[in-house]
Amino acid sequence: MNAATAEPSTDVTAHRPRRLSTTDLALVASFTALIAVCSYAAAIPVGGAGVPITLQTFAVLLTGLVLGPWRALLAVGLYFLIGLAGLPVFAEHSSGASAFTGASAGYLYSFALAAVVAGALAQYVLPRQRTRAVFLFIAALVATVVNHLGGIVGLRIVLDLSWHKAASIDAAYWVGDIVKAAVAAIVAAEVHRAFPALLARRG
Amino acid sequence: MTPITDSWATRLPVGAKMLTLIALSITTVALHGVRSAAALLGFVLVLAVSTRVPARTLLRTLRGIVLFAVVVAALQWWWIGPARALESLLDLTTLALLGVLLTATTPVGDMLEAFVRWAGPMRRFGVDPERVGLVISMAVEAIPGTITLARETRDAARTRGLERSPRALLTPFVIRVVARAHEKGAALQARGIGD
Amino acid sequence: MAEVVLEAAEVRAPDDRVILHPISLRLTEHRIGIIGPNGSGKSTLARLVNGLVTPSSGRVLVDGVDVARNGAAVRRRVGFCFTDPSAQVVMPTCIEDVELSLRKRIKDRVRRREAASQILARYGLADRADVSVHALSGGQRQLLALAGVLATDPDLLVADEPTTLLDLRNTRLVADTLFGLEQQLILLTHDLDLVRRCDRVLLVEDGRIAFDGPAEVAVARYEATV
Repeated sequence: MNAATAEPSTDVTAHRPRRLSTTDLALVASFTALIAVCSYAAAIPVGGAGVPITLQTFAVLLTGLVLGPWRALLAVGLYFLIGLAGLPVFAEHSSGASAFTGASAGYLYSFALAAVVAGALAQYVLPRQRTRAVFLFIAALVATVVNHLGGIVGLRIVLDLSWHKAASIDAAYWVGDIVKAAVAAIVAAEVHRAFPALLARRG
Repeated sequence: MTPITDSWATRLPVGAKMLTLIALSITTVALHGVRSAAALLGFVLVLAVSTRVPARTLLRTLRGIVLFAVVVAALQWWWIGPARALESLLDLTTLALLGVLLTATTPVGDMLEAFVRWAGPMRRFGVDPERVGLVISMAVEAIPGTITLARETRDAARTRGLERSPRALLTPFVIRVVARAHEKGAALQARGIGD
Repeated sequence: MAEVVLEAAEVRAPDDRVILHPISLRLTEHRIGIIGPNGSGKSTLARLVNGLVTPSSGRVLVDGVDVARNGAAVRRRVGFCFTDPSAQVVMPTCIEDVELSLRKRIKDRVRRREAASQILARYGLADRADVSVHALSGGQRQLLALAGVLATDPDLLVADEPTTLLDLRNTRLVADTLFGLEQQLILLTHDLDLVRRCDRVLLVEDGRIAFDGPAEVAVARYEATV
């Protein structure tokens, strides 16, 4: 079915270390688009009770788990760029610089770090466990903690709150984010089963 | 999407506007006290009016943050006191306005071009501005296609009565996204682009 | 015409499963068809020709250039058209996608745009230059993909089932375009009517060349096995 595609650096001419192949570029662009589309989409009902979850965080965690730290960083960074440029890809169809200067900006900025953390854990720490959702869930949880810490710092700075107060505002988002981390882990495990070469050659 | 105004601000280079935005945002957050917050908001409002951003756009932005800002202000009134609550309200409004001003006075294309331009001097870090431009375009182009994939996956899940299951909705969708990315990568390579 | 030579080229999957058994071929005809059931390995064979896949053993040479050693040079001479046009088109508007192919050859922006416009006109897409690629019909998108591939003037075009996803009218349109090309064409297809227009046809089954010869005979052989 899918033949092994040529590794990009079989060329005698290409020597730059860690050079991104065209497939890497395509993956980065595709996941940027995925984050954008997920951020724009309405909340989807999950499970028997139909609890609605928004998908932005899910997409960011997924990007990290699937692409590994470097490509995920690029994908999230690119997402920032196109949102900053004015495409309505931020939460609640917003766009532009206001997402980067509001009270929840901390969460947005730390998406980048969270994706990198999820990716690094998935790639370096869990090479053989990547197709098991349980391990990816742990990676996603750690990334979620990072995201929330970033969000809290943001709240503190913009609203001049104490750690305690900022953390209590943040607490409201925890349950939803745990669900998103679980879903991201389940999906990422399936993706790695279908595409075992995604994180294989690096590290 | 916010409409683009035509004024002195639209003609400013993107970099200058961004630096100004950053500087003013930091100032807003750093200065304490209701008076300075009000002064800053007034200043930004004057700026906004001079750039001829339509009132509708401003109001829409404000409406977006008003609910949130009111909740936050209420919390802060309760936790800290009325002065801080008012200051937060003013600050959040100022920050939101600053954001809108940048976006409303800069067409998307200009912004993206600016990003590619700024990638130029980053060559020494191994950044290839051509590839930056390419990947930006690819991401933009991929959005409609990704929406179609999402819709198809959702329809397929619906026909099987599985629309409540995140697995049925999201897994096939993401797998197709990844498969398509591989195809695009191969297509690029076949065309000798980014090789 | 370009000359494609396979010297005992074999392709194995990462788990050592054989996708293509060692094949030796010399392809010089103007129009070569490749047919065979799904999973037979014909797509892999096609991708050997432009270096998207490198042989696990043996060699593949295009005009004397080894694809494993200099894939980029090979891909400058060999164009490749995929089954799904949506996967190939990379830029938001039609003209930008053609311009992308021209970037290396024409540095000047204005001249590049002109050249791209002319190319679009050649494929009947002149009025869609600034239109989003997603607004095109399947056939138009495939033509756009072809335009992008042919813009770099390759010596040889490999087309992997280019009409499989298209309706009859668009199939005819794309097929006529392909068979009207001066370049050498290697066409993979399930459409036996198209294959009959080829000078030489290879039937691929289970990773081996089961038949190599005139179109009619190859088609008869294939139909007999189904």
